[in-house]
Amino acid sequence: MKEFTAVGKPIPKLDAVDKATGRAMYIQDLKVPGMLYGKILYSKYPHARIVHMDTSKAKKLPGVRVVLTGDDIPPLKFGFYKDNTPLKRGKVRSYRDEVAAVAAVDPDVAQEALELIEVHYEPLPAVFDPEEALGEGAPLVHEEHRSNLLKLPWKMHLGDVEEARKQARYTVEDRFRVTWVTHCCMAPSGCIAMFDSSMNLTMYSNTQIPSLAQKDYLEALEGMGLKGRRVRVIKACIGGAFGSKLDTYAYEYIAILLAQATRKPVCILFDRKEEFVATSGRQPALIKIAQGCDGEGRLLFRDVSMILDNGAYTSWGATTPSVMMMPISSLYRVPNVRYEARCVYTNNTYSQAMRGYGNPQATFAIESSMDRLAEEAGIDRVDFRLRNANEPGDVTPQEFKITTCGLKDCIEEVRKRLGWGEPKQKDEGIGMACLIHVGGGARVYKSDGCGTIIKLDDYGKVDVFTGATDMGQGADTVIAQVVAEELGVEVEDVRVMHTDTDVCPWDVGAHASRTTFVACNSALGAARNIKERILEIASRQMGELPENLDIRNREVFSTREPEKRLELGKLLRKAHFSPSGQMLMAEYFYDPANENLDKTFRGNLSMTYTFGAHGVRVKVDRETGKVKVLKYVAAHDVGKAINPMLLEGQVYGGALMGIGYALTEQLLLDKGQVMNPNFRDYKILTAKDAVDVETCIVETLDKDGPFGAKGIGEPGCVPTAPAIANAIYDAVGVRMRELPMTPERVLAAILEQEKGG
Amino acid sequence: MARRISFLLNGEVQELEIEDHWTLLYLLREELGLTGTKEGCGSGECGACTVLVDNKAVNSCLYLAAEADGKEVLTIEGLASPDGTLHPLQRAFVENGAIQCGFCTPGMILSAKALLDENPSPTEEEIRHALAGNLCRCTGYLQIFRAVKAASGQFEKRSAEVISRSAE
Repeated sequence: MKEFTAVGKPIPKLDAVDKATGRAMYIQDLKVPGMLYGKILYSKYPHARIVHMDTSKAKKLPGVRVVLTGDDIPPLKFGFYKDNTPLKRGKVRSYRDEVAAVAAVDPDVAQEALELIEVHYEPLPAVFDPEEALGEGAPLVHEEHRSNLLKLPWKMHLGDVEEARKQARYTVEDRFRVTWVTHCCMAPSGCIAMFDSSMNLTMYSNTQIPSLAQKDYLEALEGMGLKGRRVRVIKACIGGAFGSKLDTYAYEYIAILLAQATRKPVCILFDRKEEFVATSGRQPALIKIAQGCDGEGRLLFRDVSMILDNGAYTSWGATTPSVMMMPISSLYRVPNVRYEARCVYTNNTYSQAMRGYGNPQATFAIESSMDRLAEEAGIDRVDFRLRNANEPGDVTPQEFKITTCGLKDCIEEVRKRLGWGEPKQKDEGIGMACLIHVGGGARVYKSDGCGTIIKLDDYGKVDVFTGATDMGQGADTVIAQVVAEELGVEVEDVRVMHTDTDVCPWDVGAHASRTTFVACNSALGAARNIKERILEIASRQMGELPENLDIRNREVFSTREPEKRLELGKLLRKAHFSPSGQMLMAEYFYDPANENLDKTFRGNLSMTYTFGAHGVRVKVDRETGKVKVLKYVAAHDVGKAINPMLLEGQVYGGALMGIGYALTEQLLLDKGQVMNPNFRDYKILTAKDAVDVETCIVETLDKDGPFGAKGIGEPGCVPTAPAIANAIYDAVGVRMRELPMTPERVLAAILEQEKGG
Repeated sequence: MARRISFLLNGEVQELEIEDHWTLLYLLREELGLTGTKEGCGSGECGACTVLVDNKAVNSCLYLAAEADGKEVLTIEGLASPDGTLHPLQRAFVENGAIQCGFCTPGMILSAKALLDENPSPTEEEIRHALAGNLCRCTGYLQIFRAVKAASGQFEKRSAEVISRSAE
């Protein structure tokens, strides 16, 4: 087997030195000459008519350049359902509704101006509970929609669940509940909108979907009477994303509108409170699940229905059921599956994608239910999982074609490392949960592609222009590694540009854990193209057939006579500075051969799927309800670890985020108002809470992956909550059905159990 | 009200006029253009704005610029040697995968420096305690702990166990 020089190595992240020395520029660090500062006035009510607005005092404040309300702007619509507008007109539907915006010479003046804007509201009855919102006579969040139920197609029935239910020897039924949580990126959101003299827009942004954001902004420009103009998106260094930057938001359109109105660059930066209140997190869900198996413990059916709180407007949160279907239909072999999800408007904040895209919520229900069913059937929980585990070559009810699959290996590793079956101390318990996720892209858009352009300079240095987005996860670095590997150069010779839509090709975005698979395959394609040309040139210069040439250590060499070699830079200079000289550039667009789901939700969504198992040992304090994690094992089938160190970072970070989801995190909404918009009261885990996760990487070398790799961005946070819930049950015999599993809730469950006998 | 202050910033004397209400963070970022110090929350909860004042880690978003008068301030820009050689903590953060999005990194490194200056071989418990005021959402902290241990010379590089099933 060929020894790799770059792939498989723990290479530091390419921009790590810039970040460690304070050189990396985030959106907060950018300033454009003449820049104004925009601020947004939010609603005072969760649901109200706007009776009257008076901006005259604000407009008179020295330093204010423009004040805009919904009446001053064209009727722009944005969001997945096109039900949102940058500044609201007529009525507000949540506390985060934007009612006016100011651009001023500095942030303090802008803030002062907001306080001078008078808005008279007429409060309307509001609805905050999605079940109530579905009831007769509930206040309508969007009157023109005539119902609070979104018209979305989330109804899947594969096989025959009713028949399977009759056949099942053991069945369990449960209800679970999950709540609002939010990304908590360390850098708050922000953007700078800037027009040139021809009204072409440059948007400095921290989006994780540059190409789709560009399209959104183009649509907005058209609505603003600026059809046919150009949009350039330049990404600053992104201070965390986790799905939060998968959509475009009101503040971005407001910055564009303010910039158009003032003909000046306008910067809008969120403060931490805005980041909690006016960004869109993972939505609450009420989940009903039933599962059944035969006498031997083989799953026969899974029947799931959900009610999801969509909030007041619609972003990608409303589409998470399309991903929830994946574990519901395809985590373990289960021949008959049914799923229905209802997304419901309420006067709460609205929901978006967040790491896992619905998978953590669904997996919490599935894997909690799996433990219940194993107990019901009297089978060891690990044996039960192994009996039903997916295998390579399986085709699942949704027609997902499982290629590589290390699920059984992951389960076995966790069982071994966790000491399954060994004696436990009092009030200690162990639990396990598994996961499936897309690992080879996910065709949720018309294209799942990513483009790459490569050019070589006269010295053998490589510039890679990729559509991919790095937001800290290491996309830049793994792309450099695969290119360096293919071109026989050092990683330090490769620079990866991923920040500018004027020079970088199209990409659908950093979602679905797709970047390593798709962007690296794209980069590899471009590298292969340019390598072919290098070897053609080398063949002429060295008098050797191209098929007998290869590149290594920055040299082209003959595989037949290894002493025959030519330094790459020298070769390139000779090719450049000769008559009819040439310089080497290559491009490649990779769009995986995966499929959009059809109307019945069948189709091979991803080129490959990734699997994993997490196991945890906990101790529960019966007096306080506090859950202490004693040991945590995370085993993941990643295909191939292109960079084990960065990969491990994805698993650690994902797992800790998942543990927060399980135990501490919740955005508390009281009648639509966020009650804990700060880090004191919204509890992400700190260094003191960090759990010593033991990672085990299982390599299955996927035939379609770049050097065998599959995605790993999201999986780490998928099975954590059910693994912990299962361990709590094992420790103290209470089944936690609601997240987060706070000490109060665990204690209440223990007391309830003691009371019940 | 304006006043004049004088302090040592990254080894160089700064004498300048400031407003009473300015925070040290504002002075550094907005007046002096030192954007390596980050603002994550503005209320002393996240630690992204951590700088060292007389070798103690402080949240510069809560620290009035006026208080820096006569003191020594170190920001991330002043940590590497003038010739660009990284401080051992910076190098250790880079080499141990302790940096993802990097927004918490400057503050995290400076809190770690305050710890190591006082306690050159801290236990993991002591590291966790010293970094408890610096939030990170990306890394899960473990590689940060390893970096701090590596910088204090008490650590062997560790990476995840890889099991290659295809090789079996």
